[in-house]
Amino acid sequence: MTTIEAAVEHKHRDDVGSRMGLWLFLFSELILFGGMFIIYAVYRFKHPDEFRLAAAELDTFVGTINTLILLTSSLTVAMAITAIQHGKKYLSMALVSTTILLALIFLVNKYFEWSHKISIGIYPQSPTLVNKPSGEILYFGLYYVMTGLHAVHVIVGMAVLAFSLVFLSKGIIHQTSFVKLEAGALYWHLVDIIWIFLFPLFYLIH
Amino acid sequence: MKPPEEHIAMEKHEAHAQHIVSYGQYLLIWLGLVALTCLTVALAGIDLGRWVIVTALVIASVKGLFVLNNFMHLKFEERVFRIFVLVALVTFLIFISLTFFDYAFH
Repeated sequence: MTTIEAAVEHKHRDDVGSRMGLWLFLFSELILFGGMFIIYAVYRFKHPDEFRLAAAELDTFVGTINTLILLTSSLTVAMAITAIQHGKKYLSMALVSTTILLALIFLVNKYFEWSHKISIGIYPQSPTLVNKPSGEILYFGLYYVMTGLHAVHVIVGMAVLAFSLVFLSKGIIHQTSFVKLEAGALYWHLVDIIWIFLFPLFYLIH
Repeated sequence: MKPPEEHIAMEKHEAHAQHIVSYGQYLLIWLGLVALTCLTVALAGIDLGRWVIVTALVIASVKGLFVLNNFMHLKFEERVFRIFVLVALVTFLIFISLTFFDYAFH
């Protein structure tokens, strides 16, 4: 390697700064979802029985399966970082692909879950729903908005991870430079944490 | 200009300044998360009265901390990261408590 090549190769990098930038972005997500969790808390406090009744409509089994899917997807994307740190490019790519696949399965489950709700007439402003007590209307409103916004985050996460996959294959992400993969993984873990709270609050009220 | 080997070694050092977590460690954390999920589902089947929400939130918070500390590498980051997260969470808790004070004394 000539001196010029070495000089071109050496770009200034601040991985800690990059990660901190992403963490700051994650705090804005906390405010976004946090506001909704506060609305949920207040309405549940005001209508405890109606929330319990409405929650009985949700399938705990599907919710549990989706929780396990997201936890596993967090595991695979975390392992993808270990793999690239050991210089195992293809293993890392396989793990990121698995994460994207699990995200897709999560969304397919969500699709069937929502279609079932809609088919039995539970959707915003549906004739069945508007005749129910206000607490149940609020519960389902929050259910659709919060799990819907979470699903949007899953889709964004899949796109971010797809970019990571391309960067891995092109060698832009490699053994000594993987902060782009870390950023995608951090975002993905946040999506997981939000679901960790959504799951008991919507599915496990009895 | 440093010789390339030294340059590469330095770059490696920068990137590896952070911890490499082993696959096994991640697997253990995942097992813990799965166990806590089973626990929270099992507890939901029992009528705990007003403790239902408390136990559900405590378990969810423990799971969240597992993910933050291990999967998100918070325990290997510089201390300022943990301070930031703490400030963000405390701010959120203040929002919640102020809202409920408002409701309690309406």
